Order: sequence, then structure tokens, then C-alpha cells
Amino acid sequence: MRIPCPHCGERASEEFSYLGAADPLRPPPDATAEAWHAYVFLRDNPAGNLREFWHHVHGCRRWLIVTRDTRTHAIAACVDPRA
Amino acid sequence: MSYSVFRLAREALRGQVGWKPAWRDAAPKPGYDAVVVGGGGHGLATAYYLAKEHGLANVAVLEKSWIGSGNAGRNTTIIRSNYLLPGNERFYEWSMKLWEGLEQELNYNTMVSQRGVLNLYHSDAQRDAYARRGNGMRLHGVDADLLDAAQVRARHPYLDFDNARFPIRGGLLQRRGGTARHDAVVWGYARGADRRGVDIVQNCEVVGIDVVNGKVRGVRTTRGDIVANKVALACAGNSSRVASLAGLRLPIESHVLQAFVSEAIKPLIDGVITFGAGHFYISQSDKGGLVFGGDIDGYSSYAQRGSLPVVEDVMEGGMAVLPMLGRLRVLRQWGGIMDMSMDGSPIIDRTPIAGLYLNAGWCYGGFKATPASGWCFAHLIAHDAPHPAGDAFRLDRFVTGAVLDEKGVGAQPNLH
Repeated sequence: MRIPCPHCGERASEEFSYLGAADPLRPPPDATAEAWHAYVFLRDNPAGNLREFWHHVHGCRRWLIVTRDTRTHAIAACVDPRA
Repeated sequence: MSYSVFRLAREALRGQVGWKPAWRDAAPKPGYDAVVVGGGGHGLATAYYLAKEHGLANVAVLEKSWIGSGNAGRNTTIIRSNYLLPGNERFYEWSMKLWEGLEQELNYNTMVSQRGVLNLYHSDAQRDAYARRGNGMRLHGVDADLLDAAQVRARHPYLDFDNARFPIRGGLLQRRGGTARHDAVVWGYARGADRRGVDIVQNCEVVGIDVVNGKVRGVRTTRGDIVANKVALACAGNSSRVASLAGLRLPIESHVLQAFVSEAIKPLIDGVITFGAGHFYISQSDKGGLVFGGDIDGYSSYAQRGSLPVVEDVMEGGMAVLPMLGRLRVLRQWGGIMDMSMDGSPIIDRTPIAGLYLNAGWCYGGFKATPASGWCFAHLIAHDAPHPAGDAFRLDRFVTGAVLDEKGVGAQPNLH
């Protein structure tokens, strides 16, 4: 699998480290236990397009959001959320 | 039809024409007392014990493909009960005890071979951690022996003991561990369940779960609707997808794990050996091929195939512990979809929907658990209460904080 980094161009997946789904949003500190449970533990885990965090750790060292089909590994988008 | 040496002799003399199919290819009925979704080892074992231990025979096992076509046919067939945490250890030891009597229980040759599972250690710190785990096992009445380098060398002289980076200092041995024949486990449970009246329905995919007022009422399938007041999910890597049909979100990510088999060679590796400095495990099948594997690929996947960087990583792990592997050719490689839970331990529990039961989160350790998973899940379904051997595998442990994190890495499924 090759990931099209918006800063470095298309690179092999070994240059990146994986975190997981990007859509669970960190709740505010005073949120309920249920909200924290959902954020930390529950996942949609789709068979299809998944927005996920990859860290280009051996490249530009930026956190990227990759949209990838978990059945085929086809990558629809790769963006730097802070750029 | 019971299998025995007399039956073999009789069929040999009569031209082998008397053998009958080991189970019926059943068509789904409109309703059952309980429906098990997923015809892998766990689902079939569940149906078997439901019928045998709890007298619940009006049961169907629904499989979207053919039975044993998922992870039951994609593992490295290792059985062991060498866990540290009490909630895990009592369950896996119960599984080991069931393995030890499985062939007599099923009247089926599941080729259970207790030739030992050896975890190598490479440093003083790792030896101490293994000693602790071994002592934890012994506290549960499980066999565990801490070997030094000389004792390991006597068993496996061909390992790379003096590796510059990862010298082998010894290992933790569970002599009762070993391997079993994965297909035979599936077929043995299928035959046993079928003989007790369970319908095994293949090519029948569940596409909907009917829930009325918080209670499950049945499933919709590609072969028609089925009414059932108890629906039990044992769907491994597809657990999240099937549970989502009932509106549930699970603490699970699906990841791919690869495994490999080499060309067949003469008997070489007696037992299972695991490399302690990387992630690599190897055994030799009865056909002679070396069966081995390593880490999951590390990112969410529903593709039953792996990536090349991980192939390379597994081979490097193998070469570090067994340099002679380099002379062998790899015959086959495959991938299976693992239901990686958020703490690395499984879930056997009720769900917020009455009558809907969940068996999931086996990560890449589901094969060894097959008998006890079926045993505990059947108990849960029949009595609506957990079996003591599996009562730590609660779904709500992620809410209460009582997680079973064997490796202590936190809610990061690709690291378990």
C-alpha cells in the first residue's frame, strides 16, 4: 500500500505509523462517563471507507487523515487536517 | 454413524461405499428456539453444547459461506493455556481440558497433539516476566516449566542461541500445549451438533436483525426470515458489521493477520516455538510443512490478504530465531480478519438487546478457545447468565474499567 502524503508525495506505508479511526472526537473534560467510553472504546469499524489517522513518522512527521476502503485499501483522500 | 476401528475395517472390506455425509445440508426452517450466526468453530461448538449440555436442539447455525471458511480455516492451529490474568487463565485452561477429551467427546479425530508450547526469552527482564506468568499459571493448577538455555538447547538444538542481538536465555514451556487439526474441529463439532438435531444452514447470510421493544425477535437472511427469541452472534472479524444490524457499536476493530506454510520437510520441530524478541511463532504440521506467523498488519482491514512489509517482518523474525528457515521455500500465505478488541481479550456476554448474545473480540487467539468459547456461550444462551469460566469477558468492562489487558498496552487494538 502506498499513501499519497500531501507534503512528501506518494510514499510506502512502512514510512507511516497507524493510530485508527479519526472520527471519534475527544469529548470535553467534564463529559459523561458514557461519552468517554464511546470515545475511547467504541468504533464503527466499517467494511468500506474509513477516515483514519496515520502519522508520517519517517517523512514530514505530520499527522494525516487518510480515507481508505478497508476492503481494497484504495485510498480516496489524504489530507493534513492542520494545513 | 459412529466412527471406530471396526467401522474402518468393515468399510475397507466393502469397498468404502457405506460412508455417509457427516452432517445434513439443512434448509432453514421458519423459526427456531435459538439461532447462532456464524458457522465457524465457535458457532458450531456453541450449537453442539446447546444441544448436548442444555437440551436445546431446535437450533440453527447460519453461515454466509461454507462452515469453517473464515478464521477457523486460517489460523496456525495452536492450543495453549499460558495466560497471566486470572480472568483469562481459568477460561483458557477450561478450554485446554476440553481439548484433552475432545476426540472421545466428538467421536472424531481432531488430531489434538500435546507436544508443548515453548515461549523463548532473551533477557533477564523477560525471564522474570515469564517466571511471573508461569507462577500465575501454576496458581491455577496449570503446568508451566521455566527452562534455562541448556534445557532449551536439548529440545531444540537448531535455534540461534548466540544471536548477537537476541541471544536465547531459556523459555517458558507448557507441555500440555500443542496443536490440533483446524478443519477436523469444525467438522467434528458440525457432525456432533447435526446428530443432536441442530440445523447447519450454509450459504445463508444474515442481512437484518429484528428487534421489537428492546427484544430480539428473529433474523432476516438471504434465504428468508427466521423467527427466534434468542440470537447469538459468533461472527469473528465481521462482528461489528453484524452487530450494527441491531444498532450496536462494539469495542472492536477488524485487522488482518497473515500466516504462512513452507514446503514439507522431514520431522524437525517438535512442538510450538515462539520468538520472544519479535512476534513469531512456528510449528510443524503432520504433513511436514512449517506453519508460522507473526504480527497483524497494523491497520483496519476487511481484506483477507496481507501486505508485503509484514511478510518481510515475519520472515525476519523467523530468520532471527531459526536461521535454517532461509533454505526453505514458502508454499502458501493467507490472511484472516481478526476481531481485535480494545483490551486484547474476548467478549462473551449479553447485549443491551434482550435475547441478543455476543461472542466476539478473540483477536488472533480464537482457535485455542474454540471448545470453551462454545461451552460458555451455550451456557450464557441457555441460562441468560454467564458461565463461571468465562464471566470476566463482559461487554460492560469497558464502561466499568475492569478491562483484561494481558499486554498492558491500552485501548489500541493494533498493538495487542
